[in-house]
Amino acid sequence: MKKFLAILLLGTALVAPVAAYARDVTIQGQMSSYRGPEAYLAVYLAKPDGSYDSTLYVAGRKSRYYRDLSGWARLAARDATLSLDGITGASIGSGKSFSINLSLADALIDAGYTIHIDSAVEHQGSAADDVVLALDSGQSGSAQSGQGFIGSASVNM
Amino acid sequence: MLRCLHSIPGLLAALVVSFMAITGAVLSLQPLVERVFAPAGNEMSVATLVDRVLAHQPQTESVVRSASGAVTAYVANLGIGIDPVTGASLGPVEHSALFTFFTELHRSLFLGDGGRVVAGVAAVAMVILATSGIALLINRMGGWKQLFATARGTLSQRLHVELARLAVICLLLSAMTGVYLTLVTFGIVSDGGQGFGFPPYGSGEMPAPIASLSALQEVPISDLRSIILPMADDTQDVFTVTTSAGTGYVDQASGALLDFTPNAPMQTLYEAIYTLHTGQGYWWLGVLLGLASLAVPVLMITGTLIWLRRRTSMPRMPCDAGWRKADTVILVGSESNTTWSFAATLRTALAKNGHAVHVAPMNGLRASYPSASRVLVLAATYGNGTAPANANRFIERLARFQGTGIDYAVLGFGDRKFRHFCAYAETVEHAMAAHGLKPITGFEPIDRQSAQAFGQWGRRLGAAMGETLELLHQPTQPKTQSYKLIERHDYGIEVQAPTVLLRFAIPAAPSWTQALKSRLGLDGFFAGDLAGIMPPTDPIPRYYSIASRSADGILEICVRKLRGGVCSDYLFGLRPGDSVEAFVRPNPDFRPDTGCQPLILIGAGAGVAPLVGFVRANSRHRPVYLFSGGRDPSSDFLYREELKAQLDAGRLTRLFAVFSRVMGGRYVQHRLLDEAEQLRSLVRQGARFMVCGSAAMGDGVRASLDNVLAPLDLSVERLQSAGRYAEDVY
Ligand SMILES: Cc1cc2nc3c(=O)[nH]c(=O)nc-3n(C[C@H](O)[C@H](O)[C@H](O)COP(=O)(O)OP(=O)(O)OC[C@H]3O[C@@H](n4cnc5c(N)ncnc54)[C@H](O)[C@@H]3O)c2cc1C
Ligand SMILES: Cc1cc2nc3c(=O)[nH]c(=O)nc-3n(C[C@H](O)[C@H](O)[C@H](O)COP(=O)(O)O)c2cc1C
Repeated sequence: MKKFLAILLLGTALVAPVAAYARDVTIQGQMSSYRGPEAYLAVYLAKPDGSYDSTLYVAGRKSRYYRDLSGWARLAARDATLSLDGITGASIGSGKSFSINLSLADALIDAGYTIHIDSAVEHQGSAADDVVLALDSGQSGSAQSGQGFIGSASVNM
Repeated sequence: MLRCLHSIPGLLAALVVSFMAITGAVLSLQPLVERVFAPAGNEMSVATLVDRVLAHQPQTESVVRSASGAVTAYVANLGIGIDPVTGASLGPVEHSALFTFFTELHRSLFLGDGGRVVAGVAAVAMVILATSGIALLINRMGGWKQLFATARGTLSQRLHVELARLAVICLLLSAMTGVYLTLVTFGIVSDGGQGFGFPPYGSGEMPAPIASLSALQEVPISDLRSIILPMADDTQDVFTVTTSAGTGYVDQASGALLDFTPNAPMQTLYEAIYTLHTGQGYWWLGVLLGLASLAVPVLMITGTLIWLRRRTSMPRMPCDAGWRKADTVILVGSESNTTWSFAATLRTALAKNGHAVHVAPMNGLRASYPSASRVLVLAATYGNGTAPANANRFIERLARFQGTGIDYAVLGFGDRKFRHFCAYAETVEHAMAAHGLKPITGFEPIDRQSAQAFGQWGRRLGAAMGETLELLHQPTQPKTQSYKLIERHDYGIEVQAPTVLLRFAIPAAPSWTQALKSRLGLDGFFAGDLAGIMPPTDPIPRYYSIASRSADGILEICVRKLRGGVCSDYLFGLRPGDSVEAFVRPNPDFRPDTGCQPLILIGAGAGVAPLVGFVRANSRHRPVYLFSGGRDPSSDFLYREELKAQLDAGRLTRLFAVFSRVMGGRYVQHRLLDEAEQLRSLVRQGARFMVCGSAAMGDGVRASLDNVLAPLDLSVERLQSAGRYAEDVY
């Protein structure tokens, strides 16, 4: 089980000057057994209208491969406030499980926001919106199956 | 030092390096497989390609062209093979499970970063092994120019050298590029990657047909690496095009190149090295690297055997002072290692007296020894007064030796039975004197490893050095086994040349390692190898040429009884059921080569035995001519019946049996002159000579053959240096 801690103070999503307003949220997932090199993932938040809000986490250290996460890369290109410092971690191998700890503003929960995960694997293509998870406390912990390299993922809040 | 560098990491890394090599060899097939399945190349533009792809696959998000020329369109994470000529789908791309599995195994052993470190360490070990191996080979072969001369030694040694010579350049290439790739993986060396560049905004105007976009029309697909298409409903989005030269962005509407970042030099370097390591796109390079990798496991096994043999046979010299610090340097010229044990005794005694001692083979003579005040040379003599293998380049090296302030002493090891008793050591003595070095004591020859003579020399050496030097030498005994006599046949009693053919059973392997070795055929012997027999009353073994091979299940020798001889007398007294203590020593330089040129075997008396062994093994029916000598066919015609049978079976082409005590009798060397014409014609066909028997016979044969060869402008010596004349005379 890999644990990645991302401390996020970016964009509109994360209003966390006072700790009391923030909530610990964990994204847990399981990669499918696609057999191949480790996957790059981009985890980002979308507004209730479906438009891009902010980037939460990127798995994979070589930034020149980020453009393979083409769906996310296009959206993030519009995000003038994006800084990747502190929100990147190691890429994730085939069949491995992963867990990403986030601290999100209370106001984002049950307000129609969604978490999108894009994935890409060297020589094997990419999957935009591999998994989309609703930030809905009613669905906390219920697993969604992925479309691409992610087997399943859930969000716990 | 060089040898340590080669053997220690070699043994430690052997398994990992072999593992990397084998997985690498599997991967090397990938470029070949891709080449076979790749569609024909095409000179169309990227604009045309993408247009055709979209006609068949409207949902395409990106198009990738691999080094082999295969084009893949990605619809989400589904890869679809594309025929670049028509743009038509070739069906989903199945990533070879095999190659994917081996790629990960090779890169990281499925152990993540830990595995990548292991792979990197293996690559470093391989670099060390390859470079130290080249240096050792140059040393061993006697310089660059001899690098490709015929390898000598045991089967392991020859295999190791031959394979290494074939593979080393490719291995070095794989290893060095592997080290680089590891350094890149861990970010120690930059791969020149540009980092994350977000695509710029496009004009946002109405997208034009792809085939009309000028920037995409200018890129031929041979330069294409990948192209990411704009998102369907985003007019501001752009094409992201990666070519071999760099990454650029193309506007959907105007077709203008909005931005282009050329590859940094480090990235170009990275890609070149990546290609060299994987052979991707160059199937022949992949095949070459793969073949070389296959040599690694064999090199590992033969290397380990060579190391084991050296370790078990050469006495270890712990706490060597090193050549820089030593005040006394002992140089050893030895073939079968007994002289090394004398050197060990000498070293221990000198160290006890407070000297810093360095021991090395004679070929290891350095240009200078900064702290030494004396060099002691212990040299055995072989063949016709020539140097043992580990001393054969000493004289040449001596020419470059700066020996100011260094005194010397030479001690010869030999056997008075040989015509050139201690001749090589004498040559060394003269060469050292001629080089202007000052002797500590006079030259001393030691007959048959006499411990007393060695002790006396030690006392004289000590006196000359102004100290007491007690050399108490305990001869190291070779590991023997009990061989039980099962059969004996006597010959030649009537003609005063008593000769006995002895057949011993091969003892069962006492330990599992030996059982394993014999299973693998590693401790096996061949005709021409030597049986060392320990007479019960003398600590020095006598050697007898073996006529059988281990696969026959018996050890067969022929012994001529010598008047007053200790061991031959002992062997003559054996009855079936008796046992002797014996060991086997390989004699790789006295083995028929594997060629198919004629083989001319010449031997007299007991010397015929190994030659008959060669005939027995001639299952390929190579032309073999045997000249055998004896006294009287009615009394000492050794192997008479068997040789007749071998003639009928075609393993022997012609037999010239010569006898000296009959009417008109003569020796083998005379018979050679009779057959001069035929011999010359065989020599012209590339014939190889092998001679076995007494030293006197050997000299006679050489003289006769020199006569025979003269019209061809050849001599025995020239054949010998060409590896076409081998002798085992005693
Ligand atoms: C590579 C090789 C292969 C051989 N193959 C064979 C073979 O196939 N068949 C075979 O029969 N022999 C072979 N020999 C010879 C064999 O090894 C013995 O040398 C031979 O059998 C005599 O040994 P011995 O113990 O009987 O005699 P030793 O006791 O060693 O005496 C040998 C001779 O030297 C004399 N001698 C002994 N000591 C001294 C001394 N201190 N000073 C002066 N003279 C002395 C003896 O009187 C005798 O004449 C081979 C030798 C070698 C090196
Ligand atoms: C095949 C062979 C050839 C030999 N030739 C000679 C020789 O020409 N002159 C000599 O003095 N000793 C000769 N010897 C004897 C060796 O030099 C002697 O046994 C020496 O101690 C061996 O030392 P090593 O075991 O260190 O090689 C020969 C020995 C063998 C086995």
